[in-house]
Amino acid sequence: MDFGFKISPSSAVNLDNVDLSLYDRLAEVEPDIRKCIACGSCSASCPANRFSGMSVRKAILGLQRGKEKEVAKMLSTCMLCGKCSMVCPRGINTRHLILSICKFYKED
Amino acid sequence: MIYQGKQKIWADYQKEIPDDHWYYVRSCIRQNFFPGAEKMFLEICRNVLKKDFHENENHTTCGGIAYHCDTIPQETVMTIVARQFALMTEAGYENYVCSCITSFGNYIEILETWNEFPELETKIREMLWKACRREFNKPKYVAHASDLIYKYRNLIAERAKFRLVNKHTGEPLKVVEHIGCHYSKMFPSKGVGGAEYPYVLCGMIESWGGNVIDYPERRHCCGYGFRQYHVKANRGYSISNTHKKFESMEPYHPDMIITNCPGCPYFMDRWQYAIAEMEGKTYGENGYGIPVFTYEEVAGLVLGYDPWDLGLQLHQVAVEPLLDKIGIEYDPARKYEGVNHKDLQRPELPGVLRCC
Amino acid sequence: MKDNILIIGGGIAGLEAASQLLKLGYNPIIVEKSDHLGGHVADWNRLFPDMTPAEEVVSRLVAETSEANIFLNTEISFVNKLKDSYNIMLSNGISVITGTLLFATGFSMFDASKKEEYGYGIYNQVMTNRDLEHWFNTGKDARIPEEGPAAMGFVHCVGSRDEKARNPQCSKVCCITAVKQAIEMKQKFPEAMIYCFYMDLRMFGKKYEDFYISAQRDYGIRFIRGRVSEVSENIEGKLIVKAEDTLSGKPVKVTLDLLVLMAGIVCNPDTCKTAGLISLPVDSDGFLKSRDNIADITESPKEGIFYAGACTGPKTVPETLAEARSAALEIHNYISRKK
Repeated sequence: MDFGFKISPSSAVNLDNVDLSLYDRLAEVEPDIRKCIACGSCSASCPANRFSGMSVRKAILGLQRGKEKEVAKMLSTCMLCGKCSMVCPRGINTRHLILSICKFYKED
Repeated sequence: MIYQGKQKIWADYQKEIPDDHWYYVRSCIRQNFFPGAEKMFLEICRNVLKKDFHENENHTTCGGIAYHCDTIPQETVMTIVARQFALMTEAGYENYVCSCITSFGNYIEILETWNEFPELETKIREMLWKACRREFNKPKYVAHASDLIYKYRNLIAERAKFRLVNKHTGEPLKVVEHIGCHYSKMFPSKGVGGAEYPYVLCGMIESWGGNVIDYPERRHCCGYGFRQYHVKANRGYSISNTHKKFESMEPYHPDMIITNCPGCPYFMDRWQYAIAEMEGKTYGENGYGIPVFTYEEVAGLVLGYDPWDLGLQLHQVAVEPLLDKIGIEYDPARKYEGVNHKDLQRPELPGVLRCC
Repeated sequence: MKDNILIIGGGIAGLEAASQLLKLGYNPIIVEKSDHLGGHVADWNRLFPDMTPAEEVVSRLVAETSEANIFLNTEISFVNKLKDSYNIMLSNGISVITGTLLFATGFSMFDASKKEEYGYGIYNQVMTNRDLEHWFNTGKDARIPEEGPAAMGFVHCVGSRDEKARNPQCSKVCCITAVKQAIEMKQKFPEAMIYCFYMDLRMFGKKYEDFYISAQRDYGIRFIRGRVSEVSENIEGKLIVKAEDTLSGKPVKVTLDLLVLMAGIVCNPDTCKTAGLISLPVDSDGFLKSRDNIADITESPKEGIFYAGACTGPKTVPETLAEARSAALEIHNYISRKK
């Protein structure tokens, strides 16, 4: 029956259901992905960020929370300029990481 | 679950509830939703336990619904409440007990506000005098009606004809207790048992023979949320919350739900029908729902009152499977017979949720 | 005759100060209310940043103080102020006359059951940092199965940075303790999924940040920035933990087999009682008030009364030891000046 309103799905992330197998395989190749401290300097200096919402910080978090499709879409706007690698205080080779993410998540 | 741990918290949040002489105020909506509940409260307190409970036909809403829907300012709701207190004062009472949880929260919030800002109390006294030439004393004690049934729970158990026990298996019934948000979430110290693990309904269930279920979303709001339901565009949000609670309690197979709020039993009862229609899902046994009761109705049932005199025919979810489990007799033919044998007519039966 | 110096508290601060005072030629008298020396550190297993066994630290201090007078199971009954000294009556009937008192009364751990929403003492699988250290020491705790938890979490800031719990202060050591304990659990149970729920990570000390990086990179510990808001138990007896992942702005929910609450450091109520006997002031954070919080942290505003360690606020083990040495030197200077 249509009452004119619906039960809306929960926006909560249920960590029990997040499948990290692909992320773990990625982390074997890119162990530094785990070192992100979410400081945001990558996003702040990203030339694509203000036009497309591209953010390495959000991409890493998204993979950890099982939002693979959103991350793959976001990364398509990266210009691979490498500025984020320059500013990362944890020394993550973000440019290389982005290429690896694209490789891993496109395969599937 | 470590039961002793809960007992320790319960011991920290006990109230010294006066035993007798109360001024009683009703809820705006409960007489429509659960017409037998308030009647049963007075019946138990006055006629079974011989206590003094005074009622006055001049009392009004406490203004809580309008206040929580953001349609009246705080001074207005305070003046309405001041008038209620004036009626209590004029009747010569000092203990004030309300039927509604939101009223209870409203009274406590206002009294606490006046404690912190006495100049506001002075202003309200002036406004009340200008509006209707009344004066008031603040109540010595404000209780919610469930506090009193909690206080009298063992007296009720002594007189009980039935216990919350499955007569076929001898096992205690599995009971979900749901506390109205405004009972103690705003002022944990004002609720029996506090706000995280309230004891007010658990105490009744234990005293009357049932087993309390503590399920993950026990503390979650029923979903009513005033403007979340009253504005039709928000109703999906309201039912989503109720749905979440039922999904969480489902694995425990509860036999019944007891609540102490006007809105909660209504929404937990009626939304089971809406969820069944939307999702094709029911939460009770054999296609039935989980029956939802007010604590007064349950007190009436264990004391042996006729289920139809308690108004249980107005519930959406059929109560008969539960009555059968407890062994309470009822006449199916009398279900839709009102006071003075008036025919209430039979409602249309829903498509998915099984009803008797 | 050697000067008596009464040290209240036989934890690491009191022991270290006593050891130094012995070397300086004094007669330290330690009054300890419990039945053992070493205080909280004696209950711990290993200490950051080098995973030094806590027992090693305590036994070294105990050995160094073997010459001192030590009264266990003893408290201060009352204090009489004499002209330039104090007559202190102990609960064992002994009275001590001394011109110098050292408060090394330490801290209390926040009672985690006060945060009712976390269910400590109510849900079976919730424990504290201290309970976990106890398990590291003894291997005995029904909450930890032999095969280890499949998923577990650490809740930072339990009773710290919490105005409602009346402890607005940061307890300093919990962030690094949580990371240390998370690594230790991962070492024991490599298959376990381990979460840390934090507000922010205060990795101020030597090598702390290295610990954090290692926890992330080498141990795959998952850090979630958000305070746990509610814990409940499901039908299987597992814990359902709710928090907000504030980095993504979304609520998160996770089912865990074990939850460790990082109970914070609060002022020891017995300290306040004893301090009350000689009208010592308490600072706005509830800890004992120093003469000056920068220059004279080990001196009280009252002549002849000194402080060492966590009685003036949360401190790490090396900070406490350094402060105890500093207090011993202050005492030495004070007594020398008076003579």
